[in-house]
Amino acid sequence: MSHAEPVLRARELTRRFGGLVAVDRVSLDVHRGSVHAVIGTNGAGKSTLVNVLAGEIPASGGSVALRGHDVTRWPQPRRARAGIGRSYQRTTLFMQFSVLENCRLAAQAHHQKPWSLWTDAAACPLAVPAAREAAARAGLAGVLDTPAFALSHGQRRQLEIAMCLATGPEVLLLDEPLAGMGAEETERMLALLGELKAGHAIVLVEHDMDAVFRIADTITVMVNGAVLASGAPSAVRANADVQAAYLGETA
Amino acid sequence: MAMQHRKLASVLLGAIGLAIWPLFAGSFGVDLVTKTMIYAIVALSLELLVGTTGLVCFGQAAFFGLAGYATVKLSPQGAAPSLLWLLPASVAVAAAYAAFMGGLSLRTKGVYFIMVTLAFAQMAYYVVHDTPLGGGTDGIYLYVKPLLELGGVTLLDLERPLTMYYVVLVSLALTFGALALIARSRFGRALAGIKANEQRMRAAGYSTYPYKLAAFVLSGAIAGLGGFLFAVKDGFVNPELLSWHFSGAVLIMIILGGLGHLRGAVLGAFAFTLLQELFKSEAVFGAFAKHWLLGLGLTIIVSVAWLPRGLIGIADTWRRRAQRPAVAAAS
Repeated sequence: MSHAEPVLRARELTRRFGGLVAVDRVSLDVHRGSVHAVIGTNGAGKSTLVNVLAGEIPASGGSVALRGHDVTRWPQPRRARAGIGRSYQRTTLFMQFSVLENCRLAAQAHHQKPWSLWTDAAACPLAVPAAREAAARAGLAGVLDTPAFALSHGQRRQLEIAMCLATGPEVLLLDEPLAGMGAEETERMLALLGELKAGHAIVLVEHDMDAVFRIADTITVMVNGAVLASGAPSAVRANADVQAAYLGETA
Repeated sequence: MAMQHRKLASVLLGAIGLAIWPLFAGSFGVDLVTKTMIYAIVALSLELLVGTTGLVCFGQAAFFGLAGYATVKLSPQGAAPSLLWLLPASVAVAAAYAAFMGGLSLRTKGVYFIMVTLAFAQMAYYVVHDTPLGGGTDGIYLYVKPLLELGGVTLLDLERPLTMYYVVLVSLALTFGALALIARSRFGRALAGIKANEQRMRAAGYSTYPYKLAAFVLSGAIAGLGGFLFAVKDGFVNPELLSWHFSGAVLIMIILGGLGHLRGAVLGAFAFTLLQELFKSEAVFGAFAKHWLLGLGLTIIVSVAWLPRGLIGIADTWRRRAQRPAVAAAS
């Protein structure tokens, strides 16, 4: 693992909803070329953590830094343009649009030029190639013209990742990319994540323990919003607290 | 591509039909279609918000009416104003109110947005209705209609109904063309993305608020163009132009025509006006013509129930019905 400055760094990150502390002073470092998995039971605050990191909901306390810049007060669109991409646990696509148009619209976020009213968006020399490349990397090159609603569940999950890639992010926040996938689709997605690891800093929220222990370089275990343990997979697996609180049920 | 050609053909056919209509119609027919084309412009402005961006605005009458009032109030007494400054000035008044209304109302969503836009429109209505500024219920007259002059030669005199007709037709064509161009541009695609899934647009890196505000102001300006034309055509404005009934009528036009299609908005404006004339006609309905709103309302309810995709969807529905037996036979 790289010991350079982390691409994404969270310090004492906290999010309260009224009296409920959904994310409780969570700190984590994510480096380029590594997968940092966040696991925990339902309601442990994993998705809220992703939302706060992405800027979709503001933090109640603590800080988020991207390449050393404090982005805690940045709204989501600005963070996205700066390089934080995310996928959603519940598939969030433009259902009526084709696969290519889903990706193209995501890629267009970097070349918005809304005043250029006379040019055809579908002919954009920057967004279209980026969209094609992202779709191809996610394994969707064969279904570019298919509308999103006609895709299989697994393909929709791939499109989630493709749209994320089309924006050219440095950080990928992936919220349960394997949810609801069959064995074959899971293998394909894990292979994809393995490829993406080289160029990105990945935060992976996932329920599938086998997958997490296969692919993660660092694992953070959350319970009731707080970090119970964090470290290399072998250390986390050996941790007595983790075994008692979480892995015990399945191990 | 065949689809694109069919669309283009239907638009050209409609434009040619409107261009030659005055050859066959009397003064009543010309006046009716002039009015309907103005409604079509306002329907197109609302289509940009509802059909393209997914923002259901219930205050379109405010932009229409304020521009109309601006046209009358800004015109000098006893001299013909120039089209060159009066038109932009009237449109600017509508756009300015749209910027104010959109700037605040776009912070709300869904049904709250509908109600807030209605509230802003009612605010404008009461200002016009209850202050000396607007001349009260009776409205105010535009005594001399604007001209377009160049070097002392009068190019357009809007006093003449036929000139008015073609000015409105060209305005409609330009509005349609501009919105069609926008629909395929990056701005238009981003608006479509906001309608489909605003959360995903933000996650991709779009600050959606400025996009929605730009669409709102553009829509207000186009509705303002309609208001200018209406005030000039009738030479008269009254508070009814700003009433929520008109906002509702425009909303019905685009739903009747088929949301999400520019052609639907135009078709809906024509269908709505023709139905209105039909049910108002004593020659057809006799004494029942007094209750024309009832007939119009029932017809609209029935047609929306039968045609969930509007009049523009009829052709598609028929094509599918024609294909279905063939598919069934093949399998």
